[in-house]
Amino acid sequence: MSELYAWAAIALIVLASTTGDVLLSYSMKRVGDVGELWKRRGALAVIRRVLSTPTFPLGVAAMGVAFYSLLFGLSWGNLSLVVPASASLTFVANAVAARIFLHERVGRRRWIAALLVAGGVVLMAV
Amino acid sequence: MTFRKYLVLAGITVFSTAGDSLLARGMKDIGAVSLHHLPGLLLAILNPWVALGILFLLTFFTCYMSALSWADLTYVLPATSLAYVLVALVGHFRLHEVISPARWLGIALIAAGVGFVAAGPSLTPVRAHENSPESPNAVTQEVKL
Repeated sequence: MSELYAWAAIALIVLASTTGDVLLSYSMKRVGDVGELWKRRGALAVIRRVLSTPTFPLGVAAMGVAFYSLLFGLSWGNLSLVVPASASLTFVANAVAARIFLHERVGRRRWIAALLVAGGVVLMAV
Repeated sequence: MTFRKYLVLAGITVFSTAGDSLLARGMKDIGAVSLHHLPGLLLAILNPWVALGILFLLTFFTCYMSALSWADLTYVLPATSLAYVLVALVGHFRLHEVISPARWLGIALIAAGVGFVAAGPSLTPVRAHENSPESPNAVTQEVKL
């Protein structure tokens, strides 16, 4: 029974953190290289710029949901199942989402990496 | 890719592993959370292990946001997924969780995936940069490893 709860938590983590990752990546690409911005304008400008990007708080909220799902999952399942399973599945979901929503070029190299990690997840769930 | 950028990627790996492990340690104290007592999850923050874990995860988040500002999401995630391997090893050696041979093989596959993506370019030309008038460099800055 607690296995089932652990997998339900994993599914929720994957959904919430993929949404969060895409929103945050989109926000940070709009902000631009924070290292460059820091050098030219200082730390305060970086913080103000990040916080004023409208998609940033939405991404943080989605990450908050993922975080509490993780706490829930960790109280039911083993650390070495819940964390790798949810994070790796999130990675595969992200490869698809990044291609669709962020227009990233997910080349052959990145797909092979996605399949290797996905295979790893299946084995870790055995 | 500069040395500073590799440090940020390493920071993501280390701080997320340390943060997750501290959270797990704290949740072991608290025990299984009942579906009928969800407010118990909010009180979990009062546990010192959980609090320290959150501090580490905040540091991880700062490194992560920095990396996303100059690299693709599909590069950052796998490049830092050695954290999953680290987390399993911490679970095994510190929290005494059992790792089966199949799980060890899974860990090896994930590690291979990391190697594959890390050897490729970190930023592909993307349309997302159009909305970034103050960083014209970002468009032409296709970083090769």
